[in-house]
Amino acid sequence: MNYENYVLSNFKAISTNESLARMIVSSFVSSTDIGLNDLLDIKTAVSEAVTNAIIHGYDEKNGEVSMLCALNDGILHIEITDYGKGISNIEKARTPLFTSKPELERSGMGFTVMEMLMDSLEVISEEGKGTKIILTKKISSNDED
Amino acid sequence: MNLKTYKKENNLIVVIKGEIDHHTAESVREKIDDDYFKYRCKNIVFDFKKVSLMDSSGIGMVIGRYKKVKFSGGKVIVAEANETVKKIFEMSGLNKIIDFYKDLETAICVLGGTN
Ligand SMILES: Nc1ncnc2c1ncn2[C@@H]1O[C@H](COP(=O)(O)OP(=O)(O)O)[C@@H](O)[C@H]1O
Ligand SMILES: [Mg+2]
Repeated sequence: MNYENYVLSNFKAISTNESLARMIVSSFVSSTDIGLNDLLDIKTAVSEAVTNAIIHGYDEKNGEVSMLCALNDGILHIEITDYGKGISNIEKARTPLFTSKPELERSGMGFTVMEMLMDSLEVISEEGKGTKIILTKKISSNDED
Repeated sequence: MNLKTYKKENNLIVVIKGEIDHHTAESVREKIDDDYFKYRCKNIVFDFKKVSLMDSSGIGMVIGRYKKVKFSGGKVIVAEANETVKKIFEMSGLNKIIDFYKDLETAICVLGGTN
């Protein structure tokens, strides 16, 4: 892969690995002089995408999540992929407060949170094949906001 | 994530330390629901002072508690949330149904009148 740096990790789709994924991305960007607020935003967005893979992609059953973290020209690029059920209507899924699992006390705010915290969010999905979430954020040093 | 609850007047105070995600929100929910009935409380006050990260699972967890307590005329209050956590709550419009206070004492005081 043609990135200045990257790390690719594959892990089992279980909820204990949500914090693992946050730690991986956090360690990965620690080579930059990223500010604490930006770091927290990135960890939160990763948490959303990985949680979605586990509870929606695989319905909390057996599966594997793949996460690519890459850096190029000061831009952090994250791809989170599952090979689960896919999303039939992406536009609807991205609507604030829409959730297909209200019984699990989901808020339907995951995509909105990712969108607000990152610079860009792209959703690629095919029913029965899986979903890939692509997140990017410019790494600016030591924010103070 | 570390979780403690205690009763103060008719409020269940819930002190959460660490990260609230889908994994940890489930245990938070179970413990609160048990203790709320066990201690015969009316309101729930969250002490978020030591919450370092919260994703949208936390929104779902707080809304879920709000729906439970409103049947008994209770309230849910969030105290001491940091700016990042508040930002997550604001995105969902949750700040329209749940009150936020800077400190725990004020939150409990405000509830004092709701017996
Ligand atoms: N990886 C995924 N695979 C299948 N469906 C998904 C995936 N991610 C999200 N979705 C769908 O999009 C909806 C909205 O997602 P989100 O905004 O994170 O809210 P929530 O997780 O609270 O339901 C989910 O309820 C689900 O139907
Ligand atoms: Mg979600």
